[in-house]
Amino acid sequence: MNENTPNPIIEMSGVSKWFDDFQVLKDVSLQVFSGERVVVCGPSGSGKSTLIRCINRLEEHQEGRIVVDGIELDQDTQHINKVRSEVGMVFQQFNLFPHLTVLENCTLGPMKVRGLSRKDAEALAMEYLQRVRIPEQAAKYPGSLSGGQQQRVAIARSLCMQPRIMLFDEPTSALDPEMIKEVLDVMIDLAESGMTMICVTHEMGFARTVAHQMVFMDEGRIIERSPPGKFFSEPEHERTKLFLSQILSH
Amino acid sequence: MSELRKPPFRSVKWWNSRWFDISQLVLFFGALIWLTLNGAAQMGYNWQWYRLPKYFWKVIDGELIWGPLMDGLFVTLEIGLYGIIITLLIGLTTAMLRMSQSWIGNLVAQVYLEVIRNTPLLVQMYVFYFVFAPILEIPRFWVGVLCISFFEGTFASEIIRAGILSVHRGQWEASTSIGLSRWNTYRYIVLPQAVPLMLPPLTGVLINLIKHSAIVSVIAVFDLTTQGLDIIADTFMSFEIWLTIAAMYLGITIVLSLLVSVLEWRVRGRH
Repeated sequence: MNENTPNPIIEMSGVSKWFDDFQVLKDVSLQVFSGERVVVCGPSGSGKSTLIRCINRLEEHQEGRIVVDGIELDQDTQHINKVRSEVGMVFQQFNLFPHLTVLENCTLGPMKVRGLSRKDAEALAMEYLQRVRIPEQAAKYPGSLSGGQQQRVAIARSLCMQPRIMLFDEPTSALDPEMIKEVLDVMIDLAESGMTMICVTHEMGFARTVAHQMVFMDEGRIIERSPPGKFFSEPEHERTKLFLSQILSH
Repeated sequence: MSELRKPPFRSVKWWNSRWFDISQLVLFFGALIWLTLNGAAQMGYNWQWYRLPKYFWKVIDGELIWGPLMDGLFVTLEIGLYGIIITLLIGLTTAMLRMSQSWIGNLVAQVYLEVIRNTPLLVQMYVFYFVFAPILEIPRFWVGVLCISFFEGTFASEIIRAGILSVHRGQWEASTSIGLSRWNTYRYIVLPQAVPLMLPPLTGVLINLIKHSAIVSVIAVFDLTTQGLDIIADTFMSFEIWLTIAAMYLGITIVLSLLVSVLEWRVRGRH
């Protein structure tokens, strides 16, 4: 499939999810097309993390349908594994494997899931470490890297699985201010290569630069969805206006 | 670059010096040994250390024959070896059951833990020996091994469970998000991080296993303790034999601790 195909690569329709009795997602529908870059924002607790975590089944939705690249996420573990191998994810807390070197972090997936030889996996890993501008750190352990470097390794680790979709869950929220740029630069790079991306982030400058679509969530619902030009200059809903005024005021 | 400064010299008071430390230790144990020997002499105990070696081994016609103490040691080591393997298997299985989604699995694990933890080991040994062994036709050696393993398995399972739970949830999520299966996640991500944390408390359990194995003497398995009781019944050398046996158990447990330390050092070596 390419950018011109009419079918969305991610299709969520009427998705609801509860944590115990608390409903975190309320009848959420979202379509993302191949090559499209979507930035999800909203106040904390609005369900934006849960939304993207449902896309690779880190969370299970209880109502509605989620179809990723033609595969429905249901109870079938094979479907889930297939989807996971197509979808990369980058976490707020990096979640690198501390007992493995940077290189081993990147080669584990390709070797154990894709069945690549160590040599091929290492070549692949070095290629992506190059791409996130960190090849010289390959032999180090994550603990000796800065936060920004760790997050770039985490991006490389996901890319090594050669996913068709990348999910970012507040990738810069745990970083010191001076390290945010190096991570955003890598993400912008990735965006320019045509990767389908869904980012939960509060980096509105980044959103303006790369997003095709802005999605605003509040209390488990998608309240507004529009291109960034319109989203920032003339938001439709009062809730969006309030949020933007708070987040952009400083 | 500024010059590197050395820390200022501090003189050590004589009562903080190493030699004073050592002299105190020597003095303490000297007094203890003197008291023991003096006490034994006063109660008229007749030390017969010279009779001890033949209970280790004899050489007859150039052939080495193990004495009862060595036979007992081998049986204790055998119980320890099988015991450690079975304890770890039971511990791992119980930990998995407790962490599983299965209601029945949880129940089985919980009942096992509560029953074993809340009854005396000695009573468990009798129940195993007099009730289960005849029904299931288990030889007494295995009654001993299984009973001790089930007992220590309760402690091992808690340690294993705590170790696995201590690995951050984000590690699971990162691992599944790159597509690793549950089994591979355990093998490559969770256990390598959990095992170094489990090893020190697990060593304690395995050492307890060796020590508690002395209890098989009540079902007449010929381990170190049983052999000792037999020799004493023959010779009345209770001081010599019990001191020797205590030293032998100490030897086993120290070697075990050292082995685990080496293992720990190898597992922890990196990062």
